[in-house]
Amino acid sequence: MDEVVLEARGLTKRYGDFVAVDHLDLTVRQGEVFGLLGPNGAGKTTTILMLLGLTEPTEGTVRVLGFDPVRQPLSVKARVGYLPEQLGFYEGLTARENLIYTAKLNGLRRDEAYRRIDEALEQIGLSHAADQPVSTFSRGMRQRLGLADVLIKKPEIIIMDEPTQGLDPGVAQEFLEIIRNLKAQGITILLSSHLLHQVQAVCDRVGLFHRGRMVLEGTVEELAQQVLGGAYRIHLEAEGPKEALEESLRRLEGVVKVERMDTKAYLVEARRDMRAEVARAVHEAGGALLSLDMELPSLDEVYARYFEQEVNDGSAD
Amino acid sequence: MAAQTERAVHTPAREGSPWTGMWAVVGKEMADNLTSVRMSILETLTVLTAIGTVYAAAQNLRSGGRDPYLFLRLFTTAREPLPAFVGFLGFLVPLIAIALAFDAINGEFNRRTISRLLSQPIYRDALLLGKFLAGLFTLALVLSTIWLIIIGLGIVTLGVPPSGEEVGRLLWFLLVVIFYGGIWLSVATLFSIVFRQPATAALASIAVWLFFTVFWGMIADLLTQVLAPIRVGYLEEVVRQVRLNLALSRISPNTLYVDAVLALLNPNIRSLGLVLPVQLEGALLGTPLPLDQSVLLIWPHITGLIAATILIFALGYVLFQRREIRA
Repeated sequence: MDEVVLEARGLTKRYGDFVAVDHLDLTVRQGEVFGLLGPNGAGKTTTILMLLGLTEPTEGTVRVLGFDPVRQPLSVKARVGYLPEQLGFYEGLTARENLIYTAKLNGLRRDEAYRRIDEALEQIGLSHAADQPVSTFSRGMRQRLGLADVLIKKPEIIIMDEPTQGLDPGVAQEFLEIIRNLKAQGITILLSSHLLHQVQAVCDRVGLFHRGRMVLEGTVEELAQQVLGGAYRIHLEAEGPKEALEESLRRLEGVVKVERMDTKAYLVEARRDMRAEVARAVHEAGGALLSLDMELPSLDEVYARYFEQEVNDGSAD
Repeated sequence: MAAQTERAVHTPAREGSPWTGMWAVVGKEMADNLTSVRMSILETLTVLTAIGTVYAAAQNLRSGGRDPYLFLRLFTTAREPLPAFVGFLGFLVPLIAIALAFDAINGEFNRRTISRLLSQPIYRDALLLGKFLAGLFTLALVLSTIWLIIIGLGIVTLGVPPSGEEVGRLLWFLLVVIFYGGIWLSVATLFSIVFRQPATAALASIAVWLFFTVFWGMIADLLTQVLAPIRVGYLEEVVRQVRLNLALSRISPNTLYVDAVLALLNPNIRSLGLVLPVQLEGALLGTPLPLDQSVLLIWPHITGLIAATILIFALGYVLFQRREIRA
């Protein structure tokens, strides 16, 4: 489980003076779902293209399953599936015909190709539409066909660029479910997105991209810890002596910040789940607890807060 | 530049064959070509032209006397106001070739299939050459079919089978026509790499073709006048001018095609350039050349056509290799 399958060191891509990716270090282990986050133009797609050997790095090294995508692109591309952001098919051909072309490009024998195509269509739930022309497909069906297209080469790694963009919420959920199934089969997945709650829903670890650099990396909790200080936010309503209450909450071990929102509402930021301690503290300070609620750290917040800080730092320079 | 030299030092060779997957591309593209509506239109047009011109030629030939090369006349005899079949082919072949290739690469970009294609374990070489070969094979298939139709029509209308020599000449003719198409195929492929819009690529290809068909002759004449003017009127000056004019006009693939086809289909043509009286000493005027001599006569033309095809293709190849995938 711990084998490193994808590794980039000092990866850099320049287009003239513009630096698209700036000394990026990235490590992905086998069986992980890794999310690349970041605003448009942060260098996510360029990074992906370099990992696949579709564009050459200006500097730095990449190892994908032990292969160098620059020198051994065929070995890399035979083992890594790529679901691009701009996904296109031959409209006049049926789903199956499109997949047959991919199978042939992968050098599969006919009977093997047909078997894998049937399996892949079955797995992503498109068997019923296999012989319809792709021009009749909806956005969601195309996206699933794209995944089938990736699956027929039986990849060890799948790289997805904005896989759920433009899908309606229901279809996006189905798609995330498929991603979880793939992970269960032991396939390593690298996906880029700026739809944060979806990334949070499937990713084991995430990396936050900003101006070609990976500025944060880790699990969502770790990121929240780093950016938000306290990762757990406890909302409570209590009646009683305000100053004393606030003071006793602040004294608790593990509390980062206490804020009074209005006459009764308080916000406590903590490093761990401290609901029980908070309730006890309120009681001991002579207050009456009316409600207590904990908010899980959300990637949206991490993201928003990070870029808020970024902007503030930038304007301070 | 520094990065390139560095790469050259560090990377001894690419892994695997650049042609991995090429035949998959050829198969798919040929299937596309042969089933596309645009091909059906062009095929219909060509077949109609073939039947029309051959019928007209046959009418003319039946009234004529004995001719040892009756079958060859079938291709070259014109009946006003229609030009001969070879004349028609002179512009139909570029048209078919351009129609086959003008959206070869930019079409993949526009359909957004390019990144999916290139993320398969193939090199770009396989994609580009596969597409080009598919176009060339389609062209060869279509032209061979028409060639057979005409010969069949000829046997029916003229009532005699072609001689061995005629068949030999016609086979060479077929080869020249295919490579003439090859040039336009590589021009259209090149433009399909350069321009993002297929319509622009098609227009640019047609513009180049028009330039060589219509204007190049005039420009060649003008250039000749400027570069090799006749001041006094010596024979040397005249010869120099005619030679320069010939050389310039042969830059155009159309001239190469017409010259080559004329020499192949008309065995009486002994030279495609200037012939001075001294060079004719000992020649039996009026006797046809044997096939191998005719082929020798047009050998430079054939190599010229093939070389131009390869050169233009190579230019497109270099551009495509450097193209960024994300458009």
